[in-house]
Amino acid sequence: MPLLSVNHLRAAFHTRAGVVRAVRDVSFQIERGETLGLVGESGSGKSVTCYSIMGLLPQPPGRVEGGQAVFDGVDLLTLSPRQLNQYRGRRISMIFQDPMTSLNPYLRIGTQLIEPLLIHEKIGRAEARRRALDMMAEVGLPDPTHRLRMYPHEFSGGMRQRVMIAMALMTRPDLLIADEPTTALDVTVQAQILDLMKKMREELGMAILLISHDLGVVSGFCDRVMVMYAGSVMESARTGDLFYHTKHPYTRALQKSIPALQVKGRELYTIAGAPPDLLHPLPGCPFAPRCEYVIDACAREEMAPLEVAPAHCSACLRAQKEDLPW
Amino acid sequence: MPPPALHPDEKSASFWRDAWHRLWQNKLALFGLLVVAVLSLVCGLAAPLCGHLIGYSYEQQNLALGPVPPNHAHWLGTDRMGRDLLARLLYGGRISLMVGLLATVVSLVIGVLYGAVSGFAGGKVDMALMRLVDILYALPFTIFVILLMVFFGRNIILLFVAIGAVEWLTMARIVRGQVMAVKQQEFIEAARALGLRRRRILFRHILPNLLGPIIVYATLTVPEVMLLEAFLSFLGLGVQPPHSSWGVLIKEGAEVMEEYPWLLTYPAAAMALTLFSLNFLGDGLRDALDVRGSKD
Amino acid sequence: MVSAPATSGPPFLRVRDLKTHFPVERGFLFQHRAGTVRAVDGVSFDLRQGEILGLVGESGCGKSTLGRSILQLIRPTGGVVLLDGCDLTALRGRRLRQARAGFQMIFQDPYASLNPRMTVFDALGEAILAHRRVPRAELPARVGDLLQKVGLPPRAQRKYPHEFSGGQRQRVAIARALAVEPQLIIADEPVSALDVSIQAQIINLLARISREMKLALIFISHDLSVVNYISERIAVMYLGRIVEIGPAARVFEHPLHPYTQALLGAIPIPDPVRERQRIRVVPPGDPPSPLNPPGGCPFHPRCAQARERCAREVPALEPFMDPSHQAACLRTREIN
Repeated sequence: MPLLSVNHLRAAFHTRAGVVRAVRDVSFQIERGETLGLVGESGSGKSVTCYSIMGLLPQPPGRVEGGQAVFDGVDLLTLSPRQLNQYRGRRISMIFQDPMTSLNPYLRIGTQLIEPLLIHEKIGRAEARRRALDMMAEVGLPDPTHRLRMYPHEFSGGMRQRVMIAMALMTRPDLLIADEPTTALDVTVQAQILDLMKKMREELGMAILLISHDLGVVSGFCDRVMVMYAGSVMESARTGDLFYHTKHPYTRALQKSIPALQVKGRELYTIAGAPPDLLHPLPGCPFAPRCEYVIDACAREEMAPLEVAPAHCSACLRAQKEDLPW
Repeated sequence: MPPPALHPDEKSASFWRDAWHRLWQNKLALFGLLVVAVLSLVCGLAAPLCGHLIGYSYEQQNLALGPVPPNHAHWLGTDRMGRDLLARLLYGGRISLMVGLLATVVSLVIGVLYGAVSGFAGGKVDMALMRLVDILYALPFTIFVILLMVFFGRNIILLFVAIGAVEWLTMARIVRGQVMAVKQQEFIEAARALGLRRRRILFRHILPNLLGPIIVYATLTVPEVMLLEAFLSFLGLGVQPPHSSWGVLIKEGAEVMEEYPWLLTYPAAAMALTLFSLNFLGDGLRDALDVRGSKD
Repeated sequence: MVSAPATSGPPFLRVRDLKTHFPVERGFLFQHRAGTVRAVDGVSFDLRQGEILGLVGESGCGKSTLGRSILQLIRPTGGVVLLDGCDLTALRGRRLRQARAGFQMIFQDPYASLNPRMTVFDALGEAILAHRRVPRAELPARVGDLLQKVGLPPRAQRKYPHEFSGGQRQRVAIARALAVEPQLIIADEPVSALDVSIQAQIINLLARISREMKLALIFISHDLSVVNYISERIAVMYLGRIVEIGPAARVFEHPLHPYTQALLGAIPIPDPVRERQRIRVVPPGDPPSPLNPPGGCPFHPRCAQARERCAREVPALEPFMDPSHQAACLRTREIN
């Protein structure tokens, strides 16, 4: 049984301007110890998907409208906040993008680090402190004893993110959800943090759901990758298959957009058209208006991801008919 | 750890329309607005109302009648000199509201200019200007007003000046803080990069972005000013008889509140109602204008 | 063609030994000098008319401060900036304001660099009128022209900034910079706040404008691959200094300085096989703070190739193999 199984998840925001369909029928699975990358641009619904699973959607405008998120046999979406707290922070941890705002500036690092332990495990303060020190050493924070008593503003961005990782892993969770954990960091620091996460993954064996817009990060870190657009899943496959045997025009367009892979002297490849309007979703495939390979049926038929190769799903009609021109 | 804003940009047509909509949803603020509007209207029409509807003027005395509780001849009763309370309340309201409004405007103009210049200039100029404000803050208000009254005699213009002279200090501080915050924003740097004159940057770029806090604070200053006026009148320094203001009425009513309670109840109720309403309105405006306006 | 060679000729912009230091004052009642932040610590380079220079570095390296110092938005504490022969550091008051028509900036955050209370017409009209007289009646047409140049419809001028997307706002900001008809534009991370698919559009736009209008462009970014794509030359900054400068292709393919090598090594490649197989040296620790720069070579505490002399001597930019490709390293010869 997979560790996490998300089935037909739907989430929307009810705003004054209308209903924003942020997540439209998303399904995926994560096995124990597996790393899944969730790739998409802003508005793709990748973050909303994870917040929905964790019950972190701001409830007045946001609402989970359907689907299941089954974690180790239990549908998280049916739990009350109290029941959910048994999982959050204990068996499922989350780290966020901005290390500046994710830590409480008024509490010492030590206090914030041992908090998950004190809440979720019945151990004494001294024991929790010892484990905190161990964890800080694991994540590569120099001089942990001294640093425990410091405040977040005394740490650099990279160090704060290490603290976040330490906090998230203190309870040895089964699943770590990382929402763009390195986007706000310098590239050399990003490399350090990714190496750290790989090391912790080897030691603790947890599953990781990594959200990113950076294909480079995902290609080096994840076992499988899922590409989202306008709240729907476009393609999901093992990393190598996704990059070398792409079966969706959007994934292909994303790859073509990367400046590093393009020839100087010609204009950069741009994806034609504008980002999708989530207030007024069009029928058929949401990428159809911008797709180079669109056919008539794309704007008419209901799209859903289907397996087009072993362990490789694509929501593209043409891929499903084995009609892709590349 | 709150998740960041998730939903994509909403296309709203205008910042002010958005703000108005938010205000509209705040029932308390709307109530406040309604009350203030109605009261202003009624008091503003005090003269014709007194003439046609009520039948008495604020200074008509009827010594023989003396103080009587509310009845159908005098809807709110009369005071010790037989003057109709309702008429006095309306005329008094006119003066109180007018003082509130005018003194606020005066303090607004002085305070905004002073604070804007100080915040925009920064450095030593700012320090000097703000030290002056600090010193003035320390002066006891009552003594200052008494001195003014002693020197220049009592008149209503002086009342405005005295109150305005005190209220502008807080406005200046607030505006200075806001200006310093807006000054940091990138579009101000962009304006400098374009080579625009400093005066233009201040008036065309900085001040329009402060309208929100300024409006809110002005709305909250009016009740403060009205209270100040009431306080002065209570001390006998404010409006002189036969004119009345709510402060005067409250003072007179308080003196005889055991025997003729209505003389205190109605003016106090009117004052309290207005103060509450203005405060609700000010709070509502602050929430409505809370700047999400510069970023979707 | 994007990277047509720049017009040869005398350098249009000469920056010599530019320094921008900020004093750090501590103390409650009486402030005393506790230290100096050496944000820009002796930068020199040339730029030709119409040339595109990419400026890269991580946080704390001073690239943003350098951009602002060149444009005199922050007054440098030392050094000289010669634009077409005129020393910008010596200008003051009205003359500086008038000179600003010659150089403009495009900022990182498209949400913050436009005044939310002004329509596009107001903003662009103000820019046009800032340095020349134009009859009011002509303004809408002129503003419309500017908008078309950046790929927006002329009728967009009636809208407010919040009615646009991030990419469109950045276009408006570019139009505003073009309105004064500058000869130098410094773009400070102009695409970092935008989606990947929009970044390409803005980069294409900037490249096209630079080419068509012979605008010198300094493109500041932390993203090396973007910078490589658009620039003819690349300068790498570390702790307030340029540590390597040269033609983009050479810097990218044969980096001389250990920091450039580390920087290139840290960029994730969207190619699973290559990404997992590559061997790279990730510099330990964090980028240092310019408040407490190490002695000697600024990079030596994190450098895998550092030797004893690196802690003592401050290296200067020296060419290696190609006169246009320089690196500030004492061991360039040995490492490469």
